[in-house]
Amino acid sequence: MSNPQTLFDKLWSTHEIARREDGAALLWVDRHYVHEGSFLSFTQIQDRGRAVAEPELTFGIADHYVPTRARQRGIADPTIAAMVTTLEANAANNRISLFGLGDPRQGIVHVVGPEQGLTLPGLLVVCGDSHTSTHGAFGAYAFGIGASEVAHVLMTQTLWQKKPKRMRITVSGKTAAGIGAKDIALSVIAQIHADGARGHAVEFTGTAISALSMEGRMTLCNMSIEAGGRCGMVAPDAVTFSYLKDRPFAPKGAAFDRAVEAWSQLVSDRDATFDREVTLDGGAIAPVVTWGTTPDDASPIDSAVPDPARETDPVRAKYLRDALVYMGITPGQKLTDIAIDRIFIGSCTNSRIEDLRAAAAVLAGRKSKVPGLISPGSSIVKRQAEDEGLDRIFRDAGLEWVESGCSMCVGVNGDLVPPGERCASTTNRNFRGRQGQGSRTHLMSPAMVAAAAVCGHLADVRPLLAGREV
Amino acid sequence: MEKFVRLTAIACPLPIANVDTDQIMPARYLKLPRSPELGRVLLNDLRRDADGNEKPDFPLNQPVWRDAKILVAGRNFGGGSSREAAVYALYEAGFRCVIAPSFGDIFAQNAVKNGFLAAVVAEADAAELGALIAADPDMPVTVDLEQQAITRGNRSFAFTIDPISRNQLLNGWDDVDLTESHRDHIAAFKAADRERRPWAQPALK
Repeated sequence: MSNPQTLFDKLWSTHEIARREDGAALLWVDRHYVHEGSFLSFTQIQDRGRAVAEPELTFGIADHYVPTRARQRGIADPTIAAMVTTLEANAANNRISLFGLGDPRQGIVHVVGPEQGLTLPGLLVVCGDSHTSTHGAFGAYAFGIGASEVAHVLMTQTLWQKKPKRMRITVSGKTAAGIGAKDIALSVIAQIHADGARGHAVEFTGTAISALSMEGRMTLCNMSIEAGGRCGMVAPDAVTFSYLKDRPFAPKGAAFDRAVEAWSQLVSDRDATFDREVTLDGGAIAPVVTWGTTPDDASPIDSAVPDPARETDPVRAKYLRDALVYMGITPGQKLTDIAIDRIFIGSCTNSRIEDLRAAAAVLAGRKSKVPGLISPGSSIVKRQAEDEGLDRIFRDAGLEWVESGCSMCVGVNGDLVPPGERCASTTNRNFRGRQGQGSRTHLMSPAMVAAAAVCGHLADVRPLLAGREV
Repeated sequence: MEKFVRLTAIACPLPIANVDTDQIMPARYLKLPRSPELGRVLLNDLRRDADGNEKPDFPLNQPVWRDAKILVAGRNFGGGSSREAAVYALYEAGFRCVIAPSFGDIFAQNAVKNGFLAAVVAEADAAELGALIAADPDMPVTVDLEQQAITRGNRSFAFTIDPISRNQLLNGWDDVDLTESHRDHIAAFKAADRERRPWAQPALK
């Protein structure tokens, strides 16, 4: 009998081509996504006079720098326009399929890959973007890499890696109504900290995880990088297979059935051991918001801003003082007393159809007290939301419904939070200046952002959902 | 790739935890190609005020640390975004080594690929080393990768790094050249894998 293996062990061994004496393994890459920011890697391969080894396994997607408004007018800023056209040229010159600015399937790489059935269980997926961990929701080994590694994948379709340790995060029980995958993710990060999963491949498991839709699992795995994890994953199951059936790039017919048979083996064996175990009670998770400048500065909405004076560790106390000054909030202030200036719903974390439905359930028939932007995760999600009438609900609430892209999560396309302004946001990073120089970000679920919009301050969504269908 | 074996240089303290790659290299500069300009925007928004003027009390702006090649930072340095330009910015600003209690995984990986050392020390050692160099900035620090030791005067600290990264830095190995030597293994893997996992191919061309 072979030793019991974790899901991650199985994914790793399937991709191992060779191993060096020092333990580094050469791994086969099944899917590689590139975006506008990958230009540095194309420069590297040109400088070496090399070609792309397996162009049919790399897919280009325009997302980081694309405009979200008035696309037909083109991109006014020539330096931003050049980012998009450089991707187009690099894709064309290297025979790489591109979901470009004008493509009806365009969207955020971590939304489009799964939506098109390019991301599948059992694959090794990489992209020059840290939120590539998203694709682990399908039981794939998916992680972000830097420009040199992107160039290496382009040239060889392989990567040298050190095997990460294995961590299992079990969320038991059942989450309450109004609690989203984002609340689970932020609760995990608050518990283990922003570097708690450093050096680990994380597998999420437990009844509260199995109950999540694919959209929810993607949100959760997306945020595993904010806990420092090398990757996050959920074992594929009937929910996964039903999501993938009939997706354009997924296997079809009998080939799909055979694939499902193979994918069904992708679970951790019963007696498999992990290097670290973390458990949470799903039933105890409340709606969570962040108040500081790292994602582990997250607390239940009914609590208060921490007081640095009560912190015994002087380094932590100084961090807290600086963070509260940057965020413009005061020790002991109730989180629900924090007034906001704007909202943003979008990003690879929370821009899928289920996220938009959750926000619309709160906003229907209500007005937003602040301006805000809602950017769907892909052009296909946008059309689906419009077919369901969600855009009407958002517009009637006074919010702006725009095209798909990374938009205000990172701001490089020009969608920025002005200096000093406070944004309730469904994104993944509340780092200083992340949404624009001097911007103040509070991370939360789409339903909680909608609640903040309706109230004009951070707010508990649960009372707003009373009597509504969610 | 450039080797890293041993470095003796001025070290600059940056006693802040969670300096993420958005701080090291703000997103609005990510359109820039690799050039010395990246060194000028290193840690820009911590280093300069909203008008672009240098904050005189920020360590990197102090004359004694202008030529530092070693940075002594807080826990979780380089977490967040995978942007390799964060390493380029440090490199272009003259740095070749960051010493910290922990690093973001992707940052640490990117560092190695650029011959740049990310040395992990105990939290207390980072604090002590930072305090020592703040008290007497002119005394150089030696980082020895073979010995995995950091020496300043008669004080010495051990550091850790995973053996794979250490090997690559000491030898200056180029990943692509290494991979080329496995060309036959890759071809054999690819052929066998297509039989074993036919579903792994994209269904549409």
